[in-house]
Amino acid sequence: MITIAALTKRYGDFTAVDDVSFVAAAGRVTGFLGPNGAGKSTTLRIAVGLAEPTAGTVTVLGRRYADLPNPGLDVGVLLDASAQHGGRTGRETLDLARRTLGLPRQRVDAVLDQVGLTRPESRRRVRDYSLGMRQRLGIATALLGDPRVLVLDEPANGLDPAGIRWMRDLLRSFADDGGTVLLSSHLLAEIEMIADDIVMIGQGRVVASGTKAELLSGATTLVRATDAHALGDALRAAGHSATATTDGAVATDAGLADAGRIAFDAGLPVTELRAAHGGLEEMFLSLTAGTQRDETATTTSGAAA
Amino acid sequence: MTATHEAAVPPTTSRPSTNGARSARIPFHRLLDVELRKTVDTRASAALLVGVAGLAVLVVGALAVWGREDELGLAYLARSVVYPLQLVVPMVAALAVTGEWTQRGALTTFALVPRRGRVVGAKATAGLIVAVSASLLALALCALGTATSSPARGIEPVWDLAIAEAARLTLLLVVATAVGFAFAVAIRTSAPTLVVFLVFMLILPSLSAMFAGLFEWYAAVAPWVDLSTTMGVLTGPSVTGEQWAQLGVSTLVWVGLPLALGMRRLLRVEIR
Repeated sequence: MITIAALTKRYGDFTAVDDVSFVAAAGRVTGFLGPNGAGKSTTLRIAVGLAEPTAGTVTVLGRRYADLPNPGLDVGVLLDASAQHGGRTGRETLDLARRTLGLPRQRVDAVLDQVGLTRPESRRRVRDYSLGMRQRLGIATALLGDPRVLVLDEPANGLDPAGIRWMRDLLRSFADDGGTVLLSSHLLAEIEMIADDIVMIGQGRVVASGTKAELLSGATTLVRATDAHALGDALRAAGHSATATTDGAVATDAGLADAGRIAFDAGLPVTELRAAHGGLEEMFLSLTAGTQRDETATTTSGAAA
Repeated sequence: MTATHEAAVPPTTSRPSTNGARSARIPFHRLLDVELRKTVDTRASAALLVGVAGLAVLVVGALAVWGREDELGLAYLARSVVYPLQLVVPMVAALAVTGEWTQRGALTTFALVPRRGRVVGAKATAGLIVAVSASLLALALCALGTATSSPARGIEPVWDLAIAEAARLTLLLVVATAVGFAFAVAIRTSAPTLVVFLVFMLILPSLSAMFAGLFEWYAAVAPWVDLSTTMGVLTGPSVTGEQWAQLGVSTLVWVGLPLALGMRRLLRVEIR
């Protein structure tokens, strides 16, 4: 379990993390969602003792991370898969961590198997690895000590769809065994696929948190017709909610089939009819649009979400 | 704390040992083992060590074969080989520190060992071991050179190196290594650290001499602060009490000061 309480981190005048509190519970995968630059990585760095908070506390398994006697045995950490010495082989990278943790030699082969890196691949130098292979190597390092908590910053970056599926299954079974997983992502779709609980952060503040089911329950239908006003009236007349969106469509709590039929009955030609994620997606998109820290990431997340 | 800040998390079944660490503190010898291994486990670090050995063989070999007969002897070889070694051996210790930042391994290293001072201590100990081993191997090489070259050239081998002198040459390497290490802790990036170290070793002595010629007050303090020059007494046949004191004071200035300032920062700096 990871408990983050009133965490604040300032760099001069800039507040990177602003009074963030949440709990990543055992047996659950907690997705830490937010656009790039929202404060996710800073929060995770503080959680594992690589940065000092300005205020607030983080405890992992009831203790400050830095107070864990051999933290690698309790917490698996992957903050940046590209932060590995390019001149070492993958196997050597793992072996150094294994020696630090004081584990038997066989653990290296065990985690290599677990993350799907072959023996020949493990003997290549890390600088020749693809980002996906580095992610797997980073995950292998995190799993080495058979920890009960995983802290992963953007672990799905660079993984292909099969890799993301593999990651999801791995984290699922880790959490099902009672482990705690805290992972960050700037992709709503990724978090939706993997996480049980979602904490959404924007400009350093938590803007929403809860179970995935709760946060996504506000799912709505988006209908667009030539006459948005008439469409809204028709939906309301049928006993549904109807809210005009800024770009001239109507969001409603009617199902896809109902919304289409109501528009048809009202004689309104429908030009667009689709499911929308409601609150969470809207909130996430407005966050990403508002910060614009990383143009490409924003576009990607928008397209993927 | 407002409602939005509190994650709504349902109670979950957790393992019985969810709280509390399940392990003993990492013993220092394991950290030392890891740090020693890091000095040989990349192509670059292995190449540096091979280069150091090659340099020593080159110097001793050339002097043993072509050195002047009236000078040739163990002490002469040992003093000659220490001069290049004091430039390259400290690089091993310095790169052990800066490599963590330049190659960004610090992210993993300090996540596994959050007590950063212990890692730095292990690196310092590894550097000390490298410096002493390099010195002992170089002395053995010099002995080999003396033993083989003298008979081959038909001259009496000269075993003129007292244990105390050998120890002082070893100390010279250790002090130079400490300087390189301290600079590395203060600067934390590879290239600037090596440049500053080489400037200290190669350019500072002549600058210092120049200033001593220009300013009387500096000429008076120079022996107490100019470590790059005071180190030189260690290659001589004997060292006076005052020279020891000067060496101690100047080491404090050039090792103690950057180490203290660098550590203060290193222990707190955010690792990215």
